[in-house]
Amino acid sequence: MHFEFQVEGGNFSKAGTASSQLKKILKQLNVDSRDIKRVVVALYEAEVNVVAHAYQGVIIIDIDTEKIRIRIEDEGPGIKDIDLAMQQGFSTASELVREMGFGAGMGLPNIKNNTDELTVTSEVGKGTNVHMLINFSI
Amino acid sequence: MNVKEIAEKLNLKVLSGASGLSNEISFGYASDLLSDVMGNAKSGEVWITLQTHKNVMAIASLKDLAAVILVSGLQPESDMAAQSDEEGIPVLSSSEDAFTLIGKLYELLKK
Repeated sequence: MHFEFQVEGGNFSKAGTASSQLKKILKQLNVDSRDIKRVVVALYEAEVNVVAHAYQGVIIIDIDTEKIRIRIEDEGPGIKDIDLAMQQGFSTASELVREMGFGAGMGLPNIKNNTDELTVTSEVGKGTNVHMLINFSI
Repeated sequence: MNVKEIAEKLNLKVLSGASGLSNEISFGYASDLLSDVMGNAKSGEVWITLQTHKNVMAIASLKDLAAVILVSGLQPESDMAAQSDEEGIPVLSSSEDAFTLIGKLYELLKK
């Protein structure tokens, strides 16, 4: 099964919409609740990253009986040093974003902790691509 | 213990999401960092925070939390209250600060 969602940069009132819709889809597909929890945490964080940092993005999801593959491709400033961005506590979020309780440098670590495969590629000035894979437990 | 019982025992105001007052509370999680809650809260928990914007409800819903308690008399922004009603996840308010409220809540919920 294939799904796509658009993400609008800067629009925090819609952050989490794709995660919420995917959660409903996975429930309907009877995916194990522990797997749904992992997918939801990983996708939500990726969605918020696009909202907080990029201009716009697209989420491309492919699901089969064994796994879910999610690609998040954004147009935005990109990431200069991906290893640094992956570190717990590192953030370049704005003051406003931090006041909302985001930007604590926990997003990418949360994604890593909840996925079986994670690849982040980025070109400064163009955008960032995040590929993640989660194997279903049953 | 469900949300309604906690609200009565701790003198909390129910501000929205009243359809979820029978939600069972397993335990609590206190944080104002959204990714901390996203990564570490468990389903059925009540979330204690001072964040009052709509994204709180997105996380509460995605994590299947039982309710949200705002401390120090804080009020939810109108779109947060609206989403709380929509999701049936109550938002409660305590006039006490986080430390005091969480201490009392812990006594009620500890196993």
